[in-house]
Amino acid sequence: MITVGNDGVRTFEAAGRTDADVAPALRTEGLTAWYGGPNPAIADVNLSVLPNKATAIIGPSGCGKSTALRCLNRMHEVIRGARVAGRVYLEEEDIYAPGVDPVRVRRRIGMVFQKPNPFPMMSIFDNVIAGLRLSGERVKNADEIVWRCLDAVGLWGEVKDKLRSSGSSLSGGQQQRLCIARAIAMEPDVLLMDEPCSALDPIATYRIEELISQLKRRYTIAIVTHNMQQASRVSDYTAFFLAGPDRVGRLVEYGPTEQIFTNPKERRTEDYITGRFG
Amino acid sequence: MAVLRESYHRDLQSLHDEVLVLGKMVEKAIERSVESLANLDFEMANKVIEADRAINLRRFHIEDQAIRLIATQQPMASDLRQIVAILNIVVDLERIGDYAVGNARITLRHQGSTLLKPLVDLPRMAEAVSSMLQRALDAMVVRDAAAAKAIAREDDVVDALYDQTYRELLTYMMADPTTIDRATWLLWAAHNLERAADRVTNVCERIVYEVTGRMEEVSVSTY
Repeated sequence: MITVGNDGVRTFEAAGRTDADVAPALRTEGLTAWYGGPNPAIADVNLSVLPNKATAIIGPSGCGKSTALRCLNRMHEVIRGARVAGRVYLEEEDIYAPGVDPVRVRRRIGMVFQKPNPFPMMSIFDNVIAGLRLSGERVKNADEIVWRCLDAVGLWGEVKDKLRSSGSSLSGGQQQRLCIARAIAMEPDVLLMDEPCSALDPIATYRIEELISQLKRRYTIAIVTHNMQQASRVSDYTAFFLAGPDRVGRLVEYGPTEQIFTNPKERRTEDYITGRFG
Repeated sequence: MAVLRESYHRDLQSLHDEVLVLGKMVEKAIERSVESLANLDFEMANKVIEADRAINLRRFHIEDQAIRLIATQQPMASDLRQIVAILNIVVDLERIGDYAVGNARITLRHQGSTLLKPLVDLPRMAEAVSSMLQRALDAMVVRDAAAAKAIAREDDVVDALYDQTYRELLTYMMADPTTIDRATWLLWAAHNLERAADRVTNVCERIVYEVTGRMEEVSVSTY
């Protein structure tokens, strides 16, 4: 953004854009999570995920980025001994409030994992609607849902003639897109992606990245990635996590991706993304 | 924590060092070009013209290295800004070298002729440009945006000297039309130096960007 000051000085600021007035789709307040031990894995995380934007969570191994992501749809608590404190709001609703059904939360906040995990015994067709069926819903317009979701992930043309084949017959990249199709079949508000390309080759990775840019028109996306170039390519906002000497992960900096990668405010962010420590 | 990407940062440092070397070469070219004119030293003028080839080659070499670093290392944040700044700075430096060549050619035009007058303001302008350039590169080394801004504003001094030279040469031309050729040559030389100072302000603006991430026009030339 170019601005002209009173003194006639023209200034360009890469980080001119703000979405300060937009209510976040997901918001954490003092989010702290443990894995059974006395020390938390992440502490006091206050993070906003804006609607219809892709938010990347980056940081070195062990900084708690995946833990934070898994807290966003109550997947963290499925680990034995794990617990969570603080608040996570999906729009106005605290998803950790007593009486909130975690299954209903996960329906609205879908997740795509590091390794493509289609159900191996199911066909491509059944994989797409597996989530719907497992949630106990009677799927009436299955053909239409399968077409819509496979089309949305760019897979329809590639698999339309073998919908009854096993999901595991597909390539890694296709399997991952099938998993994304399965996630969006649930009509979620938010899609969480935990290093979705780390097991994929570069071409399959680019396809997923392109897909992310298309999907965010309809969904809100939070993606954990250890690949900083990927974060800079796909995301609108970036959150940088870092664990201190106490090995507790904290949110160090959050801001527009273009600002984080061209002119971060925090020295620790700068040092990390320029490879000055790790 | 371990320092990562050591070889990459070494390459980045060496790129930075190459810019300083280029800056020194250009500084010398400007000084020598005006010296050759002041003394009508045709041999020195030819050396300035010849040395410009090395300046051009070094610029291309730095650009090659910068592009290689971008392509292979995906620099981010201050590293990215440094490389972008360098890519701009070397163009300005190379262009200042061309102004030195322009002045050396003006010296050669004087073969078989004499200087219109002993040079006073032109060496002052050259000294100012050279000093601005030297200090701008010092500011780049120590990442001092405030110093870079202050140096850019010194362009006004060079503009004032140019104005003075212009008015003085006009009086010669009006008094004796046979001096028009030689006065025009000196005016061209002064203009080359004025433009060189503008290029130094561009360098300063890029240093400000490299350090702060803000693109600012810190000095607007009168010419």
